[in-house]
Amino acid sequence: MSAHASTLTPPVSAGQVVFSATDIAKSFGPVAALSGVSIELRAGEVTALMGENGAGKSTLLKIITGDYQPDSGVLSLHGAETRFAEPRESRTSGIRVIAQEPEIIPHVSVAENIFVGLLGASGPVFRRRAVLEQAREALAEFGFAGVIAAETLGSELSAAQRQIVEIMRAVVDRPAVICFDEPTSSLGEEEVEILFRLIRRLRAEGIAIGYVSHRMNEIFQLADAITVLRDGKLVGTKRTEDTDHDDLVRMMVGRDLSQMFHREAIDPGDTVLELAGVSNEFVHDVSLTVAAGEVVGIAGLVGAGRSELLKTIVGDFRVESGTLSMGGTAVRFHTPADSIAAGIGFAPEERKAEALIMHRSVRDNIALAVLKRISRFSFVSSAREDELAEGYIKKLGIRTPSDRQLVKNLSGGNQQKVVLARWLSTTPRLLLLDEPTRGVDVGAKAEIYAIIDELAQQGVAVLVVSSELPEVLGLADRIYVMAGGRVTGVLPRANATEEAILALAMD
Amino acid sequence: MPTPTLSKTPPVVDVVPGTPGVFRRFLTAMGVQNVSLLIAIAFVVLVIGSQNPLFFTVPNLKVIGTAIAISGLLAVVQTLVIIMGALDISVGSIAGLASVTSAMIFTSAGPFIGVVGAVGIGLLCGLLNGCIIVFGRVNPVIATLATLAAYKGIAQLISDGRAQGYTGADPFFVFLARGSVLGIPTLIWILVVIALGVHVLLRYTTMGRNIYAVGGNDVASRLAGININRYILGIYMMTGAVAALAGILITARTGSGQPVSGSEGLELEAITAAALGGAALKGGKGTIAGTILAVILLGILTNGMTLLGVNSFWQNVAKGGLLVLAVVLQQLRSGERRIGLPG
Repeated sequence: MSAHASTLTPPVSAGQVVFSATDIAKSFGPVAALSGVSIELRAGEVTALMGENGAGKSTLLKIITGDYQPDSGVLSLHGAETRFAEPRESRTSGIRVIAQEPEIIPHVSVAENIFVGLLGASGPVFRRRAVLEQAREALAEFGFAGVIAAETLGSELSAAQRQIVEIMRAVVDRPAVICFDEPTSSLGEEEVEILFRLIRRLRAEGIAIGYVSHRMNEIFQLADAITVLRDGKLVGTKRTEDTDHDDLVRMMVGRDLSQMFHREAIDPGDTVLELAGVSNEFVHDVSLTVAAGEVVGIAGLVGAGRSELLKTIVGDFRVESGTLSMGGTAVRFHTPADSIAAGIGFAPEERKAEALIMHRSVRDNIALAVLKRISRFSFVSSAREDELAEGYIKKLGIRTPSDRQLVKNLSGGNQQKVVLARWLSTTPRLLLLDEPTRGVDVGAKAEIYAIIDELAQQGVAVLVVSSELPEVLGLADRIYVMAGGRVTGVLPRANATEEAILALAMD
Repeated sequence: MPTPTLSKTPPVVDVVPGTPGVFRRFLTAMGVQNVSLLIAIAFVVLVIGSQNPLFFTVPNLKVIGTAIAISGLLAVVQTLVIIMGALDISVGSIAGLASVTSAMIFTSAGPFIGVVGAVGIGLLCGLLNGCIIVFGRVNPVIATLATLAAYKGIAQLISDGRAQGYTGADPFFVFLARGSVLGIPTLIWILVVIALGVHVLLRYTTMGRNIYAVGGNDVASRLAGININRYILGIYMMTGAVAALAGILITARTGSGQPVSGSEGLELEAITAAALGGAALKGGKGTIAGTILAVILLGILTNGMTLLGVNSFWQNVAKGGLLVLAVVLQQLRSGERRIGLPG
């Protein structure tokens, strides 16, 4: 296993084009996913790829890796035209893509996870100690020494640590090109910093970096050039210094989105949810209130216990001590079904794993929590179900050919709207949203913010967990900050700043 | 309800331009899977029919129908279990146990109590399967693998391993085995009624929806308020009851209660039919129509090969080959990434 010795990268000078895709077209049946798209990745530069969900970013990435074959257009690597029949070929040519949701083998160590494709290269005997040592060195070299231990089992890793393992898998190979697909969507601010340091390092070493992200401030921190796609077409490529936030948003959505948040604080109504000293395995002595018409944010680093708190509220985890009250009465939810009956809707963090039935239709997914209401004598009324689904497809602007489309074929933003539709159809008193805009493009984000605002105006109590500080600051009337399973502080909208939140989050 | 101010008009994606043709509408309504099965059935019928004119006679069609009734019943409920994301390997043993007990109870208490008692025992067996899975947290395959052995053992114990009772002279059992209603054999009617019932359950009721949801994503189902444990218990009890019904039919057809012969291996036939019919073992996918078409295909294949004088060892090879071919074609069509262990 000579991971550190491989030299896939021929010497190139900074700024030289390492990889390019020119005039790429790709259709799925009658739907053109990409047409006339070009991108260049240069040595020692970060090229950002931006666009709304459905703009074609993922398709383009999959063409770069050889997952898909372009219908027309040319790929070239180090100046020579090339063609990848399958992902393995792009990897051996020195192109790596960091998956957004990395696959981690649960019952083996971080070290084995990192070197998973290379084990066996040094002979049939697996030398555990040598692999661990190598992993430790690699982690230290790339600045992750204190963040993740080589012995840790895959199943014990947080989302952020899984991401780090995925990145390590790529960098130990010393590739010529690395593409990141929304790498920060599962990371807290602290891990994002570590990641950025790493990316800058890779850039300094002359690697050509592609970077897909929805987060504007990241793009401006990292990117040297920005390529924007819209509806499968190339809008343009600009040097970062020649553009700004508003310009990019206009390029992406074709209109001005200067007003992402238009939250007007209204007088909160009666308290809907009250936690007093709630504790269990995951959270400790948590007290908080959410009133009707109020949007309350929960901020904190990854692993602070925010998602666990929401799952405790809905009855998926047990409340071991303390009380949980709805509308002033103490309640005890034994299962999520109990909390749904009490008027709580919950959109969990992991959309695909915890919310959606991917192989079923948009319609089935929307109706899942209200089947009883739209059926008579247990028979589901197809007409009422269609009416429900069509109604929400229109109201929330879910982009789908029909309500019979399978959810797995929708983009992330539209999938998230399907989850929202499911809970809105239960007409909840309290809505719990865990990272509601993760992996969602700017346009859909603004739409989701508008939905949250409108719900609050109508008197719904909303509790939002988010790792994106601007999002919490823009949305919430009050912000609870969590660290280590405890609430470390609460900030009213007027006093809330990124600095104040971070200070409490690192408590 | 919210009306997002920034919502855009969705792009018009016209997948099928103009009015869809008759063929395409037929395809969508039937599902590609079922159409392929129909084509396979037509092919087999044509080949066998052209070789042996006996194949198309009414008596032979009745033979096919009654031959598939028992395994068809088990295939239908197995499909239900598979859609929920589980498996029940113990159905053959439950059928054997029910066959023995129905005959033994019949001998002392008459046909009606015999049937009710056997179905009751099937329900109990299913309940025990469900409890082991739900409360013991045992993987369904392992749990029912264990009860496959245990139930078979119980059937052998209480019967001392021998056929029990004689039902061959009882008019009710004779009606089940050889009677007919409106010219169609009772056995076929029973399969049709159970299959239709389960089809309606899956397709049109909240329970059916929830079964697909549990099989498709159990975490999401729990968070959406579905009581998963209740579904597991209910489906296994239903499977136990239908397996018991199959056992009663075995008793009726052979004229006595059979602890093992007649029921052994039925669980694998049921899984074969469900898989051939398009049910995905990881759950969330499958239809009763597909399973029934697969049962028919397997039935005419067996009958036809027998008529053509094909050695029964070769028949097994042919059935195995057919299953592999069908699933390979399914997987090629599904467009899933072709890496690792397939689902």
